[in-house]
Amino acid sequence: MLSIKNLHASIEGTPILRGINLEIKAGEVHAIMGPNGSGKSTLASVLAGREEYEVTDGEVIFNGKDLLEYSPEDRAREGVFLAFQYPVEIPGVSSTNFLRTAVNQVREYRGLDPLDAVKFLTLMKEKMKLVEIDQKLLSRSLNEGFSGGEKKRNEIFQMAMLEPKLSILDETDSGLDIDALKIVSNGVNQLKSKDNATIVVTHYQRLLDYIVPDYVHVLYKGRIVKSGTKELALELEEKGYDWIKEAVDSEATV
Amino acid sequence: MSKDNQILEDFTSKEYEHGWSVNYEADEAPIGLNEDIIQWISAKKEEPQWLLEWRLKAFRTWLTMEEPKWANVHYPKIDLQGLRYYSAPKQTKKPKNLDEVDPELLDIYKRLGINLNEQKRLQGIAVDAVLDSVSVATTFKDTLSKLGIVFCSFSEAVKEHPDLIKKYLGSVVPMTDNYYAALNSAVFSDGSFCYIPKGVRCPMELSTYFRINAANTGQFERTLIVAEDESYCSYLEGCTAPQRDENQLHAAVVEIYAGTHAEVKYSTVQNWFPGDKNGKGGIYNFVTKRGICAGDHSKISWTQVETGSAVTWKYPSCILKGDYSIGEFYSVAVTNNYQQADTGTKMIHIGKNTKSRIVSKGISAGKSQNSYRGQVQVMKRATNARNFSQCDSLLMGDRCGAHTFPYIDINNPTAKVEHEATTSKIGEDQIFYCNQRGIATEDAVALIVNGYAKEVLNQLPMEFAVEAQKLLALTLEGSVG
Repeated sequence: MLSIKNLHASIEGTPILRGINLEIKAGEVHAIMGPNGSGKSTLASVLAGREEYEVTDGEVIFNGKDLLEYSPEDRAREGVFLAFQYPVEIPGVSSTNFLRTAVNQVREYRGLDPLDAVKFLTLMKEKMKLVEIDQKLLSRSLNEGFSGGEKKRNEIFQMAMLEPKLSILDETDSGLDIDALKIVSNGVNQLKSKDNATIVVTHYQRLLDYIVPDYVHVLYKGRIVKSGTKELALELEEKGYDWIKEAVDSEATV
Repeated sequence: MSKDNQILEDFTSKEYEHGWSVNYEADEAPIGLNEDIIQWISAKKEEPQWLLEWRLKAFRTWLTMEEPKWANVHYPKIDLQGLRYYSAPKQTKKPKNLDEVDPELLDIYKRLGINLNEQKRLQGIAVDAVLDSVSVATTFKDTLSKLGIVFCSFSEAVKEHPDLIKKYLGSVVPMTDNYYAALNSAVFSDGSFCYIPKGVRCPMELSTYFRINAANTGQFERTLIVAEDESYCSYLEGCTAPQRDENQLHAAVVEIYAGTHAEVKYSTVQNWFPGDKNGKGGIYNFVTKRGICAGDHSKISWTQVETGSAVTWKYPSCILKGDYSIGEFYSVAVTNNYQQADTGTKMIHIGKNTKSRIVSKGISAGKSQNSYRGQVQVMKRATNARNFSQCDSLLMGDRCGAHTFPYIDINNPTAKVEHEATTSKIGEDQIFYCNQRGIATEDAVALIVNGYAKEVLNQLPMEFAVEAQKLLALTLEGSVG
């Protein structure tokens, strides 16, 4: 589904990603871990098409298409979803109104008729259950005055509504208490299918207790320096990142 | 230039939709401004002697006045002698009803999306269509007259309701109020007149659509709304003008009178030609609008969506004379490219327990300058006066400006006045967030801007709110790409 080859990206001339290689198949969950500043969020942003980042080398093929050639909105319409680490507030625009615009633009791109108000609300009611989100919250201005947990739940709710093929969860666990973490993870797990894939970007192993990855990759200094299964995450939890950093840094100085 | 600005740049460079003009045979005054011209206009309109004298008095006072310089707008000196003060489509005979109006003129309005044919119109809105200096048609006159409501062009009112005109003309905005009001009093050509008798609730929206067509001509309209005790009406004004290289002057006066327990809602969707993206051409919109809540428990509410004009200078105000009277001002002012707007309101609390509310939302894009200027004045005997003001500014890009000039003048210790202000930017973050959900950038900007202006748009009558939303998106189209 997703094939990243030798991806290099920089921001304002400073290289952040220095040759990422990653293959993801439908039905898989991949966790990207790593110390602060290793490039995890940059990778998520580059895949979603954030414009501050300049791709300097490499390629990203998504379902046979050259993803980097697409605008951010077309990537979304092709089925790439990013759950933001810091969801953005839009005053005066209700979540419902926002999502209806989004869902219908995505449908239009895919050659489907727009959903009318009744069909849209029916769909919304159904998806609301997944993340136990209150309808009252959805009639409020998007993310404005939402608690940290409410924002993250709303991200997963949007993901449910848009039914992406590839979901990238960027530090979705940050700012969540244990109950909210369970609700959010539960939502993500229910959305998993053999046809879609998930990338979980996280600093801590905690989230992976709930969203169990098939593969774990450790990112350091803009490269994937170690890959493994979920046991790798447990090892990192126990030993921290230093042993990996040391291994990589000593190799570099040799 | 950063990516962010490039996006904004692209989005703000959209063409003006109503920039076309038509050639019709016109009946025009000679160019220039002097007492002869004023007599010419007055004679053309077959006005009574008292009105001619009123005009001349205004003109003589105007000659002694100076153009105001305090507004935060800059433009070259206007050559008032180089303008034409009257231009009207030539009609062989005066049309008695809509069927007799020249179809070519009706077509102009059709192109603007205003169908003057009553059968085809949405029920519930009566329209007075003003083209350059004259009213070409007024719809639903008969329906309204059965209720005793007068809705007609100003010229017609002068002939048919001279007593009302004599009583109220200049009663809210004195002819010598300011430079442009005095000029308007001297040369005004047409506009609308509404009279709602005591106890009558006007069953439909009344609206006037102003269109400037002729080149090199100033439009000086005059609107007067009188709502007698316990009456209600909602009035809407729309405006467009052709795209021309030279600037055109529009100096209107609107007066509203509200009696005891009367309520008037006045909404404006102003879309005069704003000039091209290099700042060439556009309308100078210097307007005086004022209402008086003369009776106790009366209410006047101004709502404006200002998207057009090269330079706007406009402060719809309320004089809260009656006890318990209420004044409201809701405004969205959008400026793009090289537009300049200095707009706001004055709330003058004279009566006891008077209340006012000001909600101003400025949106600046391109290289435009957008200023809010508002005054809240509480007089000595205005016990328990209340005011709440909220002034928000939204900036798009980093080459535009937003300014706020609130003036507060309190002469009674029981007054309670609150002022809140915010400034924000449409962030690349917000746009990217929308993009990431599959929403195209232009739609994202429309969504964000409409969300920002929601509190004001909600005040507009339903069908105009939809229009206004589209207009906001259109005005800013190209400012983010």
